[in-house]
Amino acid sequence: MVEVLGVPLPALLGQLLLALINGSFYAVLSLGLALIFGLLNIINFAHGAFYMLGAFVAWLLLQHVGIGYWPSLVLAPLVVGAFGMVVERLLLRRLYDLDHLYGLLFTFGLALILEGTFRQIYGISGQPYSIPPALSGGTNLGFMFLPYYRGWVILVSVVMCLATWLIIERTKLGALMRAATENPDLVRAFGVNVGLLVTLTYGFGVALAAFAGVLAAPIYSVNPIMGSHLIIIVFAVVVIGGMGSILGAVVSGFLLGLCEGITRVYWPEASSVVIFVIMAIVLVLRPAGLFGRRA
Amino acid sequence: MKTLRTALLGGVTAFALAGAAQAEISDNVVKIAVLDDMSGVYADLAGPGSVVAAEMAVEDFGGSVNGVSVEIVSADHQNKADIAANISRQWIDTEQVDVIVDVGNSAAALAVQEVTKSKGKVHLNSTAGTTALTNDQCSPTGIHWTYDTYALANGTGTAMTEEGNKKWYFITADYAFGHSLEENTANAVKAAGGEVVGVSRAPFPNTDFSSYLLQAQASGAQVIGLANAGGDTINSIKQAKEFGITDAGIKLAGMLVFLTDIHALGLETTQGLTITTGWYWDRDDESRAFAKRFAERHEGRMPTMVQAGVYSAIGHYLKAIAEAGTDEGKTVVDQMKSMPVQDMFTDNGTIRADGRMVHDMYLVQVKAPSESSGPWDYYKIVRTIPGDAAFIPLSESTCELVNKS
Repeated sequence: MVEVLGVPLPALLGQLLLALINGSFYAVLSLGLALIFGLLNIINFAHGAFYMLGAFVAWLLLQHVGIGYWPSLVLAPLVVGAFGMVVERLLLRRLYDLDHLYGLLFTFGLALILEGTFRQIYGISGQPYSIPPALSGGTNLGFMFLPYYRGWVILVSVVMCLATWLIIERTKLGALMRAATENPDLVRAFGVNVGLLVTLTYGFGVALAAFAGVLAAPIYSVNPIMGSHLIIIVFAVVVIGGMGSILGAVVSGFLLGLCEGITRVYWPEASSVVIFVIMAIVLVLRPAGLFGRRA
Repeated sequence: MKTLRTALLGGVTAFALAGAAQAEISDNVVKIAVLDDMSGVYADLAGPGSVVAAEMAVEDFGGSVNGVSVEIVSADHQNKADIAANISRQWIDTEQVDVIVDVGNSAAALAVQEVTKSKGKVHLNSTAGTTALTNDQCSPTGIHWTYDTYALANGTGTAMTEEGNKKWYFITADYAFGHSLEENTANAVKAAGGEVVGVSRAPFPNTDFSSYLLQAQASGAQVIGLANAGGDTINSIKQAKEFGITDAGIKLAGMLVFLTDIHALGLETTQGLTITTGWYWDRDDESRAFAKRFAERHEGRMPTMVQAGVYSAIGHYLKAIAEAGTDEGKTVVDQMKSMPVQDMFTDNGTIRADGRMVHDMYLVQVKAPSESSGPWDYYKIVRTIPGDAAFIPLSESTCELVNKS
């Protein structure tokens, strides 16, 4: 059997596929984060909490209304996105003219409040959420057993990233969004409601986080601190990709998933650190990140 | 010769009793303090439920001992050792607390052990897992009641290996707790004729275990030992199911799994999991009766082993005060050590010199959904592990209170 540094090739292939699956979570989450930073200049520390909210809304819908996974995949992001827009309208909006630090502190506080509230109500052990029947089970690829659900996660994440990129870079709406952040006064002069545009952008970024939350619910347990574990890694991903770069966030999400996966095979103890080591190296060599626009 | 010894013993006992009769209960109240994580990771398995168990123990004893009332206070140590130590000091110095019970989280428990030891107050620990409480950090006024990591690892490791599962792979939380859990289990596995074919030390905390699970599967192991706890264990079990590992016939062994974890995961995911527990509510009529009363007062949730341990420890403590006629720490604990523990928790408990309460442990297997009659009907008891075989032998204890001659 062919071996790569002592690991059989089929086993390594399996691990790489797993790494891509994790990478797709990083990609979807960092995409929303990059969107919000790139267009609104807000360092959204509450992103992990919105991810958690997405998973919880899906669980609540199932528990109390009997709405299953598929409708939740649309409904939960809508609900959480709407909540995000309310937050933006009522609170976050007041901080745009202040230093970045205020936005960071506000969203960090918001994250703590949301997590604390859910922890108080639902406890810490987590709630079970099953894989939808249509995607349960899996298939043997020869080198590994691939659960259908994980395959679905990769597929839908790639589609989501692509769609978002297309909307931002290739449509009129996307052009307006970018223009509104570049020069709001000028865009306003053309009769565009910039405030609404900003609110929608924030809502969309938040909805992306909630979407990732619903995707994650059947794999990880739905618990109040699921977001706080992930948010730091996702921030590192965004920094490596280049703050605010959408393409950078997506590509580095998948790439770092791979790096982490390979580390898990050869040196598991270091797998939680490897992303931050890469971040440090990237910051030294290319302070603007791999895909950063500004130096 | 024999009569002389009996006479001497009788005389000594009479003298001791006379001494005890003169002692009194301090401040005219026996104050029991429940200290635990009331809102964080351990809140479900101990926390507020432990307070309920403590209240029940006091009520079942009649609410007073030797004519003096028994009170309960509680606090949240937030899993921080310094907060645990501060609260303990304050309780003892200014609020006349006589005994601190529960104290989950090993770091917090060791801090409380230190404070109670220096102040001569009693520490009845049910929820913490560390064996240090009855070894290097043992105390003449400290008792470790329900379980420790050695008993869990040893019980599960030995039993599963003896059943023919010789090849083990460990997924270990990469910090002191996980390492010691792994070491204890590996020793038990090897002693029972098994071998360890591989180890993955996963960073703590971690959410995705699929990589390690597939490595374990590739190693040809028959058992995957989960030397982790809480959310790490939950995710490992969930993902082992997802990747068809349990369906492929590889067994999972949880080293530290509580009833509330099974409740969170559901039987569909956890069925077949083998674990060791210090107590299970559906073991006999007495335990069932207790559990039913407990559930009525605690949102329908059945007691975990550590919550039951809190009840048992307090009951035994109050009995000892009634016997000894005093609430002076060392005297009461000595009295507790001299009496067997017999209640709904255990029929044959004894407390050793090092403070270890030795009782039977149970190897249980999680039921399949079809075998369960509903929520909380989760375990079937596979075998009883006698107390002597379950815990660290006294001869290996590093506790200074153990007289090694």
